[in-house]
Amino acid sequence: MTAILVDTLTRRFGEFTAVDAISFEIPEGEIFGLLGPNGAGKTTTISMLSTLLEPTSGRAFLNGIDIQIDQDGVRKAIGIVFQDQSLDEELTAWENMDFHGRLYRIPKAIREQRIGEMLRLVELEDRQESLVKTFSGGMRRRLEIARGLLHEPSILFLDEPTLGLDPQTRNHLWEYIQNLNRRKGITIILTTHYMDEADRLCDRVAIIDQGKIVAMDTPANLKSQVGEDVISITSPDAGRIADEIKAPWIVGAEQYDGQVIIRLRSAEDHLLELLGMIGVDGYTIVSISIRKPTLEDVFLHFTGREMRHEEAGAADRMRMRMPRRD
Amino acid sequence: MEIIYTLWLRSVKRYVRSKSRIVGSLGMPVFFLLALGFGLNEVVQIPGSTGENYLQFLVPGIIAMAVLFTSIFSGIMIIWDKQFGFLKETLVAPVSRLEIMLGQTVGGATTAVIQGAFILVLSLFIGISIPSLPGFLIAFLFMTLIGICFAALGIAIASRMEDMHGFQLIMNFVIFPIFGLSGALFPIESLPEWIVPLTLLNPLTHGVEGIRYGLLGTSAIHPLVSLAALGLSTAVMIVIGAFLFRKASV
Repeated sequence: MTAILVDTLTRRFGEFTAVDAISFEIPEGEIFGLLGPNGAGKTTTISMLSTLLEPTSGRAFLNGIDIQIDQDGVRKAIGIVFQDQSLDEELTAWENMDFHGRLYRIPKAIREQRIGEMLRLVELEDRQESLVKTFSGGMRRRLEIARGLLHEPSILFLDEPTLGLDPQTRNHLWEYIQNLNRRKGITIILTTHYMDEADRLCDRVAIIDQGKIVAMDTPANLKSQVGEDVISITSPDAGRIADEIKAPWIVGAEQYDGQVIIRLRSAEDHLLELLGMIGVDGYTIVSISIRKPTLEDVFLHFTGREMRHEEAGAADRMRMRMPRRD
Repeated sequence: MEIIYTLWLRSVKRYVRSKSRIVGSLGMPVFFLLALGFGLNEVVQIPGSTGENYLQFLVPGIIAMAVLFTSIFSGIMIIWDKQFGFLKETLVAPVSRLEIMLGQTVGGATTAVIQGAFILVLSLFIGISIPSLPGFLIAFLFMTLIGICFAALGIAIASRMEDMHGFQLIMNFVIFPIFGLSGALFPIESLPEWIVPLTLLNPLTHGVEGIRYGLLGTSAIHPLVSLAALGLSTAVMIVIGAFLFRKASV
């Protein structure tokens, strides 16, 4: 069964198109990732699917419910963990959960039982009476995930779930997310700009850039499109090297910012041959590395740009456009 | 009702926990009461007074002041919820905006009435005689209406504001004029004739006069007129607040 169906969904803020006619379909029980740099349109997509933001055009259905016709129906079916924290710091963990349970009209007995269960699931039962303002970033995230699951949604949205968390906590959270998906069969749609996160967690990934989906497939398939191996060479002559090296085993060579990215089959066998080709022409090589392709290479391949984490400029531009919508 | 209660419960819990807010927002009314009350008591003669002195005249005004400030602030607190992200949590839940707005309003009004009650109790210690039970109830009825009316106004304002930067503007051009033109500090009859209609349009004037009627047994406006005027203003404010909050985005 289809959990989420998105059909040419578009959102404009004035002249700026944040989400540009994206379409995708997510089957029930899948972990689906929206991967892209800050400002690519991930959060805007989530906001539309969770009924916080009206689409400019296009349609979307969650469990067959039209997001523009039955907003309450959609809201009951989804749980959401926002990119920015959304807990009440002046309340305890238990009270935050209780507030949520009451908003979703869960009867008292069931509510109290489930709050206990969920807090145990995220290992916060010892701290349930503590005010949230005393919690660390990781604990807050876990509490938000527990809260998002309290009303037993069939679809869970996670907007940058591990943003700003330390590596250990991230690993921990990934395990929670995978367990949830396996044990409860919850469909999960997560946004991230961490390549490793998307690679590790997602069944399928849509790479989104400037409001458009540029590629969509399983992480393995996406990477295999780039080639089996990647050799990257840093050199002052990067441009000429990229133009000149040619061999049947080279899938492609591209040049970005003084780096040649060579996509090829079995790099180990061809490394010497490759170096020979470059050495003959007397080019300088500053550094060289061989690795398996990552989703970073996939992104680079499809957009021609590197996806840097500090690309805050785009996010700030978004924020400036976001607030007004009357 | 369950949803309204949920939001009310949150407001009250937060209020009870923030001791600094309770004390802080009592500071200004207490200061006004003591400084003006004792400072001017000997100097000021209320025109057409039926025996009460200036301190007695002032108490209902200061109670109204405490309720006014607390309720508007509690409405404006929605901006904090917006900035700290909590508003999203309520907006994405399967509940109507009207329920959220009403819950926030009654929550704010409750805390405001408690603040007003503090002033009322305090004033008993500085020479206000204990009024009859019906008098008390009348005073609380008007305090509640002031609380609801201005909590709704606070929400209306907050729905149109992005952050707390405009707060000073609201303070100087909304809250203080409402307070100053309300007959809280002086009888409205003493004002220049052209200002009087303005004070009669001010919901707080009717609130002050209503509380004054309850506590002192006298008022410049007939209490039923005040009740009708304040009740109508409250209804209008809820409609405006609900409308603007419906359009507010996070």
